[in-house]
Amino acid sequence: MDTTITIPKGVRNFFIEVGEMSFFAGRFFKEAVKPPFEFKELLRQCYQMGNRSLVLVLVTGFIIGLVLTLQSRPTLVEFGAESWMPDMVGISIVRELGPVITALVCAGRIASGIGAELGSMRVTEQIDAMEVSGTNPFKYLVVTRILAATQMLPLLVIVGDAVALYGSAMVENFKGNVSFQLYFYRVFDALSFGDLIPATIKSFFFGFAIGLVGCFKGYNSKKGTAGVGLAANSAVVFTSMLLFVIDFIAVFISDIFFDL
Amino acid sequence: MHDIKEEVMTKDQEVVIDIRDLYKSFGENRVLNGFNMKLNKGENLVVMGKSGSGKSVMIKCLVGLMQPDSGYISVMGNEIRILDRDSLDTLRADIGFLFQGSALYDSMTVRENLEFPMRRHKEKLGQVTDTLPLVMEALENVGLAHTVDLMPEELSGGMKRRIALARTLILKPKIILYDEPTSGLDPITAKEIIELMRSVQLKYQTSALIITHDVDCARVISERMILLVDGINYAEGTYDELVKMTDPKVEAFFKK
Repeated sequence: MDTTITIPKGVRNFFIEVGEMSFFAGRFFKEAVKPPFEFKELLRQCYQMGNRSLVLVLVTGFIIGLVLTLQSRPTLVEFGAESWMPDMVGISIVRELGPVITALVCAGRIASGIGAELGSMRVTEQIDAMEVSGTNPFKYLVVTRILAATQMLPLLVIVGDAVALYGSAMVENFKGNVSFQLYFYRVFDALSFGDLIPATIKSFFFGFAIGLVGCFKGYNSKKGTAGVGLAANSAVVFTSMLLFVIDFIAVFISDIFFDL
Repeated sequence: MHDIKEEVMTKDQEVVIDIRDLYKSFGENRVLNGFNMKLNKGENLVVMGKSGSGKSVMIKCLVGLMQPDSGYISVMGNEIRILDRDSLDTLRADIGFLFQGSALYDSMTVRENLEFPMRRHKEKLGQVTDTLPLVMEALENVGLAHTVDLMPEELSGGMKRRIALARTLILKPKIILYDEPTSGLDPITAKEIIELMRSVQLKYQTSALIITHDVDCARVISERMILLVDGINYAEGTYDELVKMTDPKVEAFFKK
């Protein structure tokens, strides 16, 4: 009797990819602490990622704040609990919606951009040209992009949160005659460090995941120009999936340390 | 391996590239099957072969972009396979590489493209603080000084190839490796590139290894040729010697 278990090809490929990405992450940590450091390129990447994603994050955050308040308001009014609106919106945006939605938006914008850019550089031999010219392409292209994404995402999350709360305050001001001052007083009164610290820490991990997956897919792009599109596409899909896994782990750990 | 290196250094000081018994496979597909080659100082050597015959693989093994399965590769007395990263990078300053598709960095201007190799090799350039004169000199050598502030996307294929050559020359290399320098270019531009390669060799006294399947390019530029067939150096000699050979595999290269 044949007792061997055949692992489906898709599952096997998934685990191979996860393994390769782990090695890639390991190489990042090794190269990141070794001189020479590419500060100029790091700043350029921070500017590119932050500046180019800002409008997207502002618009998305604002709409999320508006929609969340508009949708929740009738139910809270029904129970006579509309005064809890700032608390509810504030906590849900700062703890969960702000970081996750900003990260998802950035996954689409940053991870796909990195995947396509590095993929294109790979197929047009620009990465080889960099290597031959004596510059370590991993350090110049990958380390700088991952560090930039890790640094910029928490900043974008803070901006996104602020705009979302402003959107929510606008609705409350318009529909419930609640002043902006009172609204934000209630929001900050409801928030604690247990809400802010885990959300900020997980934003760093979200940024790292976005940079890592985008770089991994682009840097290892194959199959010519078709591979570039594939790299960009799979970077978004894989990053989005990874963001939810990280979010679950972050909430699980936060629950232990901050007693949510 | 160390003995072989010493032997090369003592017996033949003029050899700048020495490849012996080079093997490289991709899965079941053996691309290089014991390839041998020597490039002498100041020589223009053309390696010709059909598409997929392993020419580009060989040249990439030569600069450490790819690891061969086995074999000995020495560049100016340095065995490539045992060099650490820093030593390899230092050696690379003396090797120029012109890529098939030019490989200009498309997010940088022409000036930034030419300045890029100088970042890592400042010691080779001495006390240079302003890089612009060097950039302009390299661009003037290829007749494109006016493109200094343009982006690669604003250049034609032939101009890109010239800029890539200028970038290769910026560190004044001793050896230049050309990977299909005329592929994808119209005959007139291809002829201009070949002329440029010749003038570069005269001006900079470089040794050149040219990988091509363009017979016209090989005829004009080569002092010696190697035909790469089935992963080995199948035939070797000057252009005239090879043209006269009656071997069908050799004849196939020169049939119009």
